[in-house]
Amino acid sequence: MSAAEEVVTEAPAVEAVPKRAMTLGLGTSLVVLAALVIAPIFVKNFIVFQMTQLLYLGLAVLALNILTGGSGQFSLGQSAFYAIGAYTSAILMEHVGMNYALTLPIAAVICFAFGFLFGQPALRLSGVYLALATFALATAMPQILKLGFFEHWTGGVQGLVVTKPDAPFDLPIGQDKWLYYFTLVITIGIYIGSVNLLRSRSGRAFMAIRDNEIAASAMGINVALYKTLAFGVSAAITGVAGGLGAIAVQFVAPDSFTITLAIQLFLGMVVGGVGWLPGSIVGSAFIIFVPNIAEGISKGLSGAVFGVLLFLVIFLVPHGARQVAMIAQQMLGKLRK
Amino acid sequence: MELFTNQVLAGIATGAIYACMALAVVMIYQAIDHLNFAQGEMAMFSTFISWQMMQWGVPYWGAFVLTLALSFAGGIAIERLLFKPLAKAPILTNVAGFIALFAIVNSVAGLIWDFTIKQYPTPFGSSPFLGSQLISTHQAGMIGVTVLLLILLFLFFQYTRMGLAMRAAASLPESARLVGINTSWMIALGWGMASAIGAIAGMLIAPVVFLEPNMMGGVLIYGFAAAVLGGLSSPLGAVVGGFLVGVFENLAGTYIPGVGNELKLPIALALIITVLVVKPAGLLGRPIVKRV
Repeated sequence: MSAAEEVVTEAPAVEAVPKRAMTLGLGTSLVVLAALVIAPIFVKNFIVFQMTQLLYLGLAVLALNILTGGSGQFSLGQSAFYAIGAYTSAILMEHVGMNYALTLPIAAVICFAFGFLFGQPALRLSGVYLALATFALATAMPQILKLGFFEHWTGGVQGLVVTKPDAPFDLPIGQDKWLYYFTLVITIGIYIGSVNLLRSRSGRAFMAIRDNEIAASAMGINVALYKTLAFGVSAAITGVAGGLGAIAVQFVAPDSFTITLAIQLFLGMVVGGVGWLPGSIVGSAFIIFVPNIAEGISKGLSGAVFGVLLFLVIFLVPHGARQVAMIAQQMLGKLRK
Repeated sequence: MELFTNQVLAGIATGAIYACMALAVVMIYQAIDHLNFAQGEMAMFSTFISWQMMQWGVPYWGAFVLTLALSFAGGIAIERLLFKPLAKAPILTNVAGFIALFAIVNSVAGLIWDFTIKQYPTPFGSSPFLGSQLISTHQAGMIGVTVLLLILLFLFFQYTRMGLAMRAAASLPESARLVGINTSWMIALGWGMASAIGAIAGMLIAPVVFLEPNMMGGVLIYGFAAAVLGGLSSPLGAVVGGFLVGVFENLAGTYIPGVGNELKLPIALALIITVLVVKPAGLLGRPIVKRV
């Protein structure tokens, strides 16, 4: 057997992204933040809802970005963690009567545990094998949620209806706007946390593993621990996103968490730029709005239009929104001179 | 005991479908080192082309051969136009490309032939095979074609110059280029062959699952699973994996209480992951040693 063994110097699955290139400068961040705070005041409730959607799906893409862009592990199973988060929130709100805000940390903890445990067997797999394992998780999740055994809690195929929270302290804003600002605060908190995580010792360990696992372990990094940890953190953030999604959509059902969701999150990450955290929001915008645009261009061929648009993105800007941002930055630099 | 034998037989019959698809998956994996998520849709499109020809009055085998030629050319064209420019791009970009191709092919097929289910003829007939109720002559024919295809592929890769060149290009591209192999065209050839094998799989599967644009979704998942189980570097492994997945899925559905139809797929996938955890390169795959 040993004679047939192949020795390869394999290119890493994910391109190495320098740590500094992973975030936005302070000035740009503040401008984006101001836009996000002010925009909902001027638009209709439906658009506010879409903006909320943009934020929580952005969080889910960010979680995948930490896993793939940070630690170099690939996952098609994010929809499963999203589903666990959404169901945790929905069940705690509807069956236990807990406050919606309190359900989110619990969803995060439960998803962290699931992700960490799932990371254990996944340790032995990499590349396509890991993709298949996570894919299996994503296809199994809707079926597990439909099981008669859990029906009392999950509502089976019908799912659960969630009540929309009112603004507290009699604030004079509507439910949609309140939920938007609530989501915005959580998103900013998690974003800052993630940026700091990637700058910390753990973050550097993730990136060392991404760039070369063997070399990383030779430098004394506990590869198994950090790989499972990355899965856990990613799952926890996805869980919070799922919980927020459940509150915003006011409904959870097994068939909203199929493999399609996992693929969308993956596409969001690629379009936003793998390993570039601010790109998550751009990726999230792509997966929310581009199917609608495609439908608008041609009803019968919406899938084809979507595919062509995706190809255009891949060909013109293979590094996604990160590339666009860098080009913009260079042009600004030239203008100043 | 009789129930057991019958379930195994039925499993082998469905396994033949997965084996066919897995073979196409392995072919392209050998050539380009990626799993092609659009493989099933390409096969579906080829099947529709052959169906269209039969509607126009071309006899079955004529349509069969013409479709193979067209699929071969189509596979090469897709590689040249869409994926050659992406050869140096990161893996994730390629995967996104496959998903885009999937969406395009599925949507175009739906537009041309719409989403209603169509009957597809079989050249083998559908009477019981050797008096068994579980395997029809079509399914027996399908197993036969899969095995024949495997032998032909083995002969091609082992005993022809072209096959040797393709293997060289896949395993050590730089060295292959140095000895004068046009590796870029070998990849295109791999796409063409994978597309043609996919077309055969599609035409064999269509009489069982009926012809419609979404017919390949489930089959492709099992095909991937079978290919990974058997080892992505081994065509024989893919076929063995296909039959194993088919048999196991049937036995799990019959003997494990509460599994039924919905949980068949998750259980099959769980088994495969268990196997992979023990044997990460698949049952018959070669382990790959990485260098720092």
